[in-house]
Amino acid sequence: MFPKYDVIVVGAGHAGCEAAVAAANMGSKVLLATMNMQTIAQMSCNPAMGGVAKGQIVREIDALGGYSGIVTDHTMIQFRMLNKSKGPAMWSPRAQSDRMLFAAKWRSLLEQHPNIDFWQEMINGIIVKDGIAKGVRTGIGLEIESKSVVLTNGTFLNGLIHIGEKNFGGGRAGERASIGITEQLVELGFEAGRMKTGTPPRIDGRSLDWEAMELQAGDETPSKFSYTDTPTLKKQRPCHIAYTNKEVHDLLRTGFDRSPMFNGRIRGLGPRYCPSIEDKIDRFADKDRHQLFVEPEGWDTVEIYVNGFSSSLPEDVQYKALRKIRGFENAKMFRPGYAIEYDFFQPTQLKTSLETRLVKNLFFAGQINGTTGYEEAACQGLMAGINAHLAINEEAPFVLKRSEAYIGVLIDDLVNKGTKEPYRMFTSRAEYRILLRQDNADIRLSPIVEKLGMANMEQRMERVEEKVKAAQAIDDFFRKTSVSPDQMNAYLESVGSSKLKQKVKMNTVLARPNVFIENISKNVPALAEYLTQFDEEAINLSEINMKYEGYIRREQEMVEKMNRLESVNLREDFDYHSITSLSFEAREKLSALKPRTIGQASRISGVSPSDISVLLIHVGR
Amino acid sequence: MSVYRNLEDTIVALATPAGVGAIAVIRLSGKDAIQITNNCFSKNILNVPSHTIHFGTIRNKEKQIIDEVLVSVFIAPTSYTKENVVEISCHGSPYIIQQLITLFIKKGARMAEAGEFTLRAFLNGQMDLSQAEAVADLIASSSAASHELAMQQMRGGFSDEIKKLRQELIDFAALIELELDFGEEDVEFANRSDLRNLILKIQQVLKALIQSFQLGNVLKNGVNTVIAGRPNAGKSTLLNALLNEERAIVSDIAGTTRDTIEEVLNINGVNFRLIDTAGIRDAKDQIEAIGVEKTLEKINESALLVYVYSMAPDGIYPTEVVQEVQKLARTGLPVIVVGNKVDAYQKELERLVKDDGQMRETLLQQNKDLSATFPTIHISALQKENIHSLKDALYKTVIKGEVRADNTIVSNARHYDALQKAYDSLDAALNGMNNNITADFIAMDIRASLNYLAEITGDISTDDLLDSIFGRFCIGK
Repeated sequence: MFPKYDVIVVGAGHAGCEAAVAAANMGSKVLLATMNMQTIAQMSCNPAMGGVAKGQIVREIDALGGYSGIVTDHTMIQFRMLNKSKGPAMWSPRAQSDRMLFAAKWRSLLEQHPNIDFWQEMINGIIVKDGIAKGVRTGIGLEIESKSVVLTNGTFLNGLIHIGEKNFGGGRAGERASIGITEQLVELGFEAGRMKTGTPPRIDGRSLDWEAMELQAGDETPSKFSYTDTPTLKKQRPCHIAYTNKEVHDLLRTGFDRSPMFNGRIRGLGPRYCPSIEDKIDRFADKDRHQLFVEPEGWDTVEIYVNGFSSSLPEDVQYKALRKIRGFENAKMFRPGYAIEYDFFQPTQLKTSLETRLVKNLFFAGQINGTTGYEEAACQGLMAGINAHLAINEEAPFVLKRSEAYIGVLIDDLVNKGTKEPYRMFTSRAEYRILLRQDNADIRLSPIVEKLGMANMEQRMERVEEKVKAAQAIDDFFRKTSVSPDQMNAYLESVGSSKLKQKVKMNTVLARPNVFIENISKNVPALAEYLTQFDEEAINLSEINMKYEGYIRREQEMVEKMNRLESVNLREDFDYHSITSLSFEAREKLSALKPRTIGQASRISGVSPSDISVLLIHVGR
Repeated sequence: MSVYRNLEDTIVALATPAGVGAIAVIRLSGKDAIQITNNCFSKNILNVPSHTIHFGTIRNKEKQIIDEVLVSVFIAPTSYTKENVVEISCHGSPYIIQQLITLFIKKGARMAEAGEFTLRAFLNGQMDLSQAEAVADLIASSSAASHELAMQQMRGGFSDEIKKLRQELIDFAALIELELDFGEEDVEFANRSDLRNLILKIQQVLKALIQSFQLGNVLKNGVNTVIAGRPNAGKSTLLNALLNEERAIVSDIAGTTRDTIEEVLNINGVNFRLIDTAGIRDAKDQIEAIGVEKTLEKINESALLVYVYSMAPDGIYPTEVVQEVQKLARTGLPVIVVGNKVDAYQKELERLVKDDGQMRETLLQQNKDLSATFPTIHISALQKENIHSLKDALYKTVIKGEVRADNTIVSNARHYDALQKAYDSLDAALNGMNNNITADFIAMDIRASLNYLAEITGDISTDDLLDSIFGRFCIGK
């Protein structure tokens, strides 16, 4: 009934969809197996993509040929560039999506791909022969053969939903949990753990008093995620901001004794940065209000998502407390918030390719690795999909460095450090964030993945080349062209910058604080005229390159220093126990984690600089 | 592993054992070795051939001559490490050595790690594996002298200060990161002037530490040497004898010295910071009790203890000396015992020949035992008799490395290096703030500063920052 597939992807969430597309675009024959084809690419939690650090990841996914950016561009209802008041490395795109359109667009893109087949059924086992993944076993006992398997099970593995004192098995509201895979993996020697996440109640927008809330509109000139030709928003839907208050908190407290969070019924590890509303009130008792983002679920629906009110308190407590929020006095609930516990596998059991150490050609991506967030899941799916394809073709794995992408930071953190709570990306996790910007993800990544053989990269590559060339031209122009005091002094004075005494090259003026290309071109007609031939992206890039030259160079120097260690490879069968000069802890950790390079080894906690020196000696030059 | 310590850096260290010999050799290795030396050398060596020696002077930033030196230039790859190497033969004074090493650090080199020259030699193909394995063992054994040990070596609350600073800086960095990662959320940011004040405060402490650890200062101001003993043992007289001047208040009333007195004594180029103390006994009055407590405190902070006792009949028995020294000196503190009033002792021995032979034998035996337990010098401070032997003993203690003068150079240069760079990074952060640079760039400098401090305190990770954020702020939609 089935051909032999190259890659079987289990699960069709953000990780699964990207994995399927990536492997397919690399040229593999892919089967995407999901329990329910009606819920492909569901946004299980908030209807939004991007945000600080996450938006950068979506841009990186797009630069690498993934579809998350494209899908978001086609389905967004609001766009904002966050952190616009900060430096360019912090600018972070974020979009509200139409939840239903988002899923539909993903499904349609997947259906259009000739290399992707579908199968709707619960997968409850992996076929493993001689330590190599060979396919999957389905609920009705079918065996489907493949050369590799990517597991992207999200919150479904032994998922357990909690609402107050009630709990029941399920992978998502109204959907069954997935049983069997965890048990088999544990039998194979994997170490499983338990995590917890939650989601807020959904509300009927018709019952809310919008006038009582603060309006949060989208950007006046909305941008987008994809480097390809995708549409930009013509109209947008606003979000609103509401606040909890003391009355709300008091009401919520009445349910604490029935909260599965507090009575110990939930044992999984929850995130500290995305706490439930009861957690916020409990941990920050002196804070008398918490901010809530009231977000529409789409263009044509009245359903509302109350971002910031995630809860697993009894539904009646949630309901009563919600109604004490200004603007929510008459709120009707579509469904209560809930907490969900699910199985994950410490990602230290993975190689940097996301292949498991224990079973060859078996890959994990997304929440199964202990991460949280659509973007984090999607980028792992993409990397796992590419690497599954490379592995079965016996090609070297595709690993991004920490200096190349947030995706590199994420995977490097996961496989070297593991995680104690659902892992979310923050810009502070990256050492080289001035280099890892949303505006240059295409330049950083598209050429790499194009060389690997990813399909459909032509348009992106053309633009990269154009953009780099244009930015260089603008750069040259600035270094060659002078501005006179009478052109610039009025402006310089207005921003408190010292006046020019003689003609200077334009780039030296740009280097000053509070001076941007826009300000110069307003005063120097020749520049304005020259810039008309370039698009905004190129101007923006050259501005960043010139204005922050010193900082960028400093980070580049740090990267170059680190790269020497990154380029020294360590063999997987290296016998660390035989090197007695290594500290005992280093021997244990290195044996367990089997780093791929000395650079990776240096980031493992417990491996000291002197251990690294000893390693350098033993691996030779 | 900190990105600031790696194999691309130009490294510097003393290549000869410290303090021994008239000549010392300081070695630099790395891309910029020649450039760095050239920056402070009186001759241009940028284009000289490899394996040539150049005579000239090295001057510090203030253009003062530090020393006349011979500079040997080895151009990559024909050197020990196969990198550019410069070897500077200078005079063997610890002060000069420290001045030079500090200067090279200021010019962009960093202190070499233990075994790092050899490590580089191996990595660049200059050595076989068996030799290299010996280096690996050396590196491994010196890793015992890791951060914790480095922290222990610092006295006078220095390590606590650094730890406190580190935490304050982490909290500060966390504030900035909070602003960057959670700017969209309902968090209150510390205002800029608060942040500026915090940086200034931290800088102030760093500056004090840098100055107190300013290379050269340590040996220029001397090896902290406490002179202690019972009242009226002749401590102050000894101090005067050593310094050849009447500084301490000398009287024959026991307990005259109630405060501590500090003087600097230079012996063959090594400086000793002599600290005279109040006599140790059960203090009768309040003022004296404070003096005694201060003495114990001083001994605790010192690098060398000179214990003085009176050999005259008014003094104490040598067995008591052993007991008292063992009580006063912490483990590992080098001690020189000085038997003062040796003239009176000789007279007493002569008297005992006639009066009490038994007692004489006992005294002689006890003094023999004392000398076997601690290095002991017999002097007469008043007659300035045998002072040169004491000076010799002081000098040798340093030269033999007992007061860790050699290690002090290294570890202090390392700390100095780290503290100075941490300070400079904060300066950059401050400068950025004054110029209204956005928080992401300020964060870069703060992180750099933390990374430099990590050279002393151990690494920090982004988890430390996130812990600080999540511990203090309610984050998350």
